[in-house]
Amino acid sequence: MIELMHGKIRLALHELRRGHGRTLLLLHGLGERSPLDVPAELASWPGPVAALDFTGHGQSDVPRSGGYTAEILMADADAALQHAGEACLVGRGLGAYVALLLAGGRPKQVRGAILRDGPGLAAGGIGAVPGYVSRPQLGKQRIPDPFALAELTRDVRPPDYAAIYLHQATHLSELDPALYIVAKERPEWLAAVAQESGTRVCDLEAALESCAAIQLRRVR
Amino acid sequence: MSESKPEFDLDYPGARAPERHGFVESYGIRLATYEWGAPDAPPVLLAHGGFDFARTYDVFAPLLADAGWRVITWDHRGHGNSEHAELYSWDADCRDLVIVKEALIDGPCPAIGHSKGGALMVQVSQALPYLFSRLVAIDGLPSGRPPPDVAEHERTRQLEAEISTWLDHRRRCADLVRKPGTREELARRRARMNPRLSPEWLYYLTGVGARRDSDGWRWKIDPSLRMGGIGPWRGQWGVDRLPGFPIPLYGLVGTEHEEMGWGVVPEELRPCLPRDARLEVVEGVGHFLHIEQPHEIAERVLAFLGKPGFA
Repeated sequence: MIELMHGKIRLALHELRRGHGRTLLLLHGLGERSPLDVPAELASWPGPVAALDFTGHGQSDVPRSGGYTAEILMADADAALQHAGEACLVGRGLGAYVALLLAGGRPKQVRGAILRDGPGLAAGGIGAVPGYVSRPQLGKQRIPDPFALAELTRDVRPPDYAAIYLHQATHLSELDPALYIVAKERPEWLAAVAQESGTRVCDLEAALESCAAIQLRRVR
Repeated sequence: MSESKPEFDLDYPGARAPERHGFVESYGIRLATYEWGAPDAPPVLLAHGGFDFARTYDVFAPLLADAGWRVITWDHRGHGNSEHAELYSWDADCRDLVIVKEALIDGPCPAIGHSKGGALMVQVSQALPYLFSRLVAIDGLPSGRPPPDVAEHERTRQLEAEISTWLDHRRRCADLVRKPGTREELARRRARMNPRLSPEWLYYLTGVGARRDSDGWRWKIDPSLRMGGIGPWRGQWGVDRLPGFPIPLYGLVGTEHEEMGWGVVPEELRPCLPRDARLEVVEGVGHFLHIEQPHEIAERVLAFLGKPGFA
């Protein structure tokens, strides 16, 4: 396991498979943690595979008193991307949304993002959430952080906000598609993104194959 | 609560250190609290703005205390004497507000917030209307414009270039330290954000908002905090909710535009307010109304609050 620092948080980056070429970076769903081994459905990836535990999850630090946003998790993933140099992202649920954000935030370093179903894909809808102040009850279970579960469950994701990141990814990455939508669930942000150019709706195998081809082209 | 002691050569006309100083814990984060006025007087809760700190009320709060109120405020996480947190967010600030209120005040009380502090109060009042009896927002009502002093929070429209800039900041923030200097230098730096405030006042603030290290003075605010942020929130969402605001509301805005201001256009906002809400425009002042004209603003606020204990 590699320790990365994001601000005051120590993040756990798991090297599931070492090797040469571009890294496949796995981003887990809300409340999940990184797998211990390369998942069978991702085994066809030709290069190294790494998986990040987001803040408050798995073996990463748990902050005191919450303060989570999807954007902070994007910066978590950016720390892993900085370590990898370039990567193809595979996100589950919340990790899929974070993959979209990072594809837009670092369009030159993210070489394809694959969005899969998983916990936290929908979150808190598209507009202002009902007035609410989250105060989770803290028991013995501190990982995943109850604050992460409480705050990221109601994270707001307007479709036009998500589209900003997609446009950034498609315009600046020189990839077409830049985004692969494997997820079957269609929260409004993802339904809107799926209709835009620069995305491809396909199965996981096809997405991996296409992203791996990007890698091969660059390596040659 | 322990008695507070002046640390340095603190002197500014009308400024008075809090009579009591303590801490409230918000899920492991120590928040510094301050009080002026008799401990058994009716309470009123104040919230400061982003990148400010509680002691920026050192002139305004005593005016309320002298009118018979127990004035209570706190440093937001990462600000002033409160602990620096691992994460910052709007939700976390709202939660801290509620925890401070419940720790120090029984029952509903009036609330006053400036800038970000006003917006926090607005949101918490809407979410938990039983906490407060009435609210004063000093240039802290929502508008369609993104708030400038809200760290790590939401922006109405995110310019694409800002995303990578923000990520670059996050990559660096583990190693950031505030630049040291003399108190005069710190005051001059702050003047860039607060151009309408006097050098004497800004120098005074260095004595209560900065610390002396071996290599010079530094503002206490967490260097990982950054003006503005990225996120999906739109100011219009806050405006849309104002018609149903649950408690009496009094908004104050100045006529002088400032970069730190919230861009409230009174003519646009008035139709969105409840019928009994008041929005007053104060001539010749900017974003920091209560600092530029503390007596005038305190007089207006005290008139709105009414006799202590009856608000």
